[in-house]
Amino acid sequence: MKLRKVTAASAAVLALALAATACGSDNDKDSGSSPSGGSKKITIGIKFDQPGIGQKTPQGYAGFDVDVATYVAKKLGYSANQIQWKESKSADRETMLQRGDVDFIAASYSITPEREKSVDFAGPYLLAHQDVLVRADDNSIKSPSDLNSKKLCSVTGSTSAQNVKDKLAPKANLQQYPTYSACLTGLQNGAIDALTTDDSILAGYAAQSQFKGKFKLGGFKMTNENYGIGVKKGSDLKAKINTALEDMVSDGSWKAAVEKNFGPANYKNEPAPKIGDVKS
Amino acid sequence: MRRLPGRRTWASLHAEAREIVFDFLEGYDLLGAFWTTVQLTLLAAAGSLVWGTLLAAMRVGPVPLMRGFGTAYVNIVRNIPLTVIILFTSLGLNQTLSISLGADDFKTINFRLAVLGLTAYTSAFVCEALRAGINTVPVGQAEAARAIGLSFTQVLRLVVLPQAFRSAVGPLTNVLIALTKNTTVAAAIGVAEAATLMKTMVEKEAQLIPIASIFALGFVILTLPTGLILGWVGKKVAVKR
Repeated sequence: MKLRKVTAASAAVLALALAATACGSDNDKDSGSSPSGGSKKITIGIKFDQPGIGQKTPQGYAGFDVDVATYVAKKLGYSANQIQWKESKSADRETMLQRGDVDFIAASYSITPEREKSVDFAGPYLLAHQDVLVRADDNSIKSPSDLNSKKLCSVTGSTSAQNVKDKLAPKANLQQYPTYSACLTGLQNGAIDALTTDDSILAGYAAQSQFKGKFKLGGFKMTNENYGIGVKKGSDLKAKINTALEDMVSDGSWKAAVEKNFGPANYKNEPAPKIGDVKS
Repeated sequence: MRRLPGRRTWASLHAEAREIVFDFLEGYDLLGAFWTTVQLTLLAAAGSLVWGTLLAAMRVGPVPLMRGFGTAYVNIVRNIPLTVIILFTSLGLNQTLSISLGADDFKTINFRLAVLGLTAYTSAFVCEALRAGINTVPVGQAEAARAIGLSFTQVLRLVVLPQAFRSAVGPLTNVLIALTKNTTVAAAIGVAEAATLMKTMVEKEAQLIPIASIFALGFVILTLPTGLILGWVGKKVAVKR
């Protein structure tokens, strides 16, 4: 009797596991479909964890990069439900493009000479600047040099963190965490005075409903970050994406996307950059 | 056979090849980062050897309260992911409770917090390795030692622990190697060790595979000799029974 119960239970578990793996393999098939293959799907790499830029939410994907990528995909002949979104973390971006895991990447991807050695960039489609986010009632940081006496936070290994150490404020007390949200905890309770990275990313955090009115941008424009769309080296997608980006600016969708995603944070965006105009 | 170029040409050829293959290493303090890794390892190893021995003593001791504490500590701490412990030292102890361990800049604070977190975590494993070592000492020896009038601490110090350590060298080596690799978790709170530098380099140079291979090699260079040397030591000091 006991044995039969066990058998029944294990059969149930097995059935569940099979059902689960069946679902899993379906998903695998979707994401595994080769880019630009016959299945008429396009795979796009974005950030999943940056509010305002690229974020995975229960309602779907949202952010400026998502809007740009959707527009570009539409111009390339793919409707919104033919897009397969894939998370591309900063460190994985070049490898994902080289292996062909994604067709293109729009993930706050700054165009730099080092990266151009391994991938090609379409765009730029946004000119961002390194900036600081401070508490709304903190007026002690008026220029970047004020940061030298402050507690600063950024993401481990990020370009922003290196800039602070190398030139912007070498004497600043720099804390590095794996995510921006970890920095925000300290910023909120006063253990940290400023969070630094691209103003577009900061604006996205400041615009989140739970932080509304608590933080403000410094507005320092410390560096130029030219966000481009990464494609595989030598890909013919580059020219097509460039045309799509030009259309996006000229028909007004670009401006609408900027206002929709960064609007609430008092973020003053730069005018749309010209294609191929990389500001150093 | 091709004629070998002169010594000078070899040197310049070599420099050229170096530049092509390793130009992404230019301007990074690789040795400094690994030195921080070594420091983290050694300090946490020393700390966890002391705290782990005390925990083991508690777990085999006669006082129920201490036995309970030792058991609870080991079972709780070794089942919490190290990343959570390390992040807690920074976000919880430092940022929320403003414990700074006597330092005033994040660089020093984070280093000390990382040593604290690694020590707290590794001690649980040291304790269990040592307890296994203690179990290899025949009960008769401890009973005999009690019979001639030694106290609990004396039994432990003079009879049981010396033999326990000698048979625990193998398991303790495993713990030490794991600790060496675990120090990379300190990157989560921004300690400037090898994994942090690797992240920085990958972000800037956009060459994941060559950079990751170099760091993997660095860790093998650190851990391989540890294993070989301590393996030899373990054989040398093993208690022959």
